[in-house]
Amino acid sequence: MLHVLAAQNPGELQAGLKTVGAGIVYGGAAIGPGIGIGLVVGNAITAMARQPEAAGMVRTTMFLGIAFTEALALFGFVLTFLLK
Amino acid sequence: MLLALEFPPLSRLVEWKSFFLSGTPLAVNKVVLVMWLAAVLTFLFFWVAGRRGSLVPTGLQNMAESVVDFIHNGVILQSMGPEGLFWAPFLTTVFCFIFLGNIFEVIPFIQMPANARMAIPFFLAVVVWVSYNTVGIRKHGPWGYLKSIMFPPGVPVAVRPLFALIAFVSDIFVRPFALAVRLFANMLAGHLLLATFAILTGALFRATIVGAAVPGALLVALTGFEVLVSVLQAFIFTMLTAVFIGLAQQTEH
Repeated sequence: MLHVLAAQNPGELQAGLKTVGAGIVYGGAAIGPGIGIGLVVGNAITAMARQPEAAGMVRTTMFLGIAFTEALALFGFVLTFLLK
Repeated sequence: MLLALEFPPLSRLVEWKSFFLSGTPLAVNKVVLVMWLAAVLTFLFFWVAGRRGSLVPTGLQNMAESVVDFIHNGVILQSMGPEGLFWAPFLTTVFCFIFLGNIFEVIPFIQMPANARMAIPFFLAVVVWVSYNTVGIRKHGPWGYLKSIMFPPGVPVAVRPLFALIAFVSDIFVRPFALAVRLFANMLAGHLLLATFAILTGALFRATIVGAAVPGALLVALTGFEVLVSVLQAFIFTMLTAVFIGLAQQTEH
């Protein structure tokens, strides 16, 4: 079917495939950071529940950890627009 | 057709026509105006707040003092220790500038975060990069600084070459890039999210008035969320700046 499409309108097929690729890039890039942010926040909540007096410090470190982890997803997000 | 949405291309959402000095590298458009506004507001905020200098702070001075106090206790003492207080003016300015640049994302009739274009976060990241490398080189000397990055104590001999390469690339090249992209992509994503929901709400309102209720409510909620993101991204940028400078000037144990 792709051959038929390509014969009819090559530009449109190319644009469509680029869009599909961009979607796959972002979806793939979001998997790891999703798991990672879950681990970071989950452990931070455990720490805060065990030691509520250290909650302020844990929260600051948690945001730092989230920032480092989500950077990978954001690279994917930017790459999505670069691929378009 | 109910959902015949015409979503504008990305360039219509983030690129603005320049209206002054067009065609030159100094062209001025909306993003530049927002950036200038953020810089001027940062200056005015602290200038007006610090002019009177009364012992019992009220109003604006109270607000400025709580910002400075937050940078002192929430950022510097957490990451650099007392010797990092030298950087308090720089970090306070960076925090306020980024926050004001971000918050224009949700201010009506402006609704464009200055940091959603790569140039401003990238320039800020370059400033941070120069700062922490200068601090590290002044503290340890050029070779000592490189050695402290690439060969920290406690790494097993077998993985040292690999670790040195990874640490060098990560500290010198990836860090500023990740710092800039983190701020830029967060603000761009927020801007696109708000634009998407606004377009959806508008289209549904035109088609079926009732159908706009859910996306409209979500739009309001997301606007509140974006205020949070603006503060958080300014905080994270400032905190990471402090952490990088602190790492560069720490002595080996």
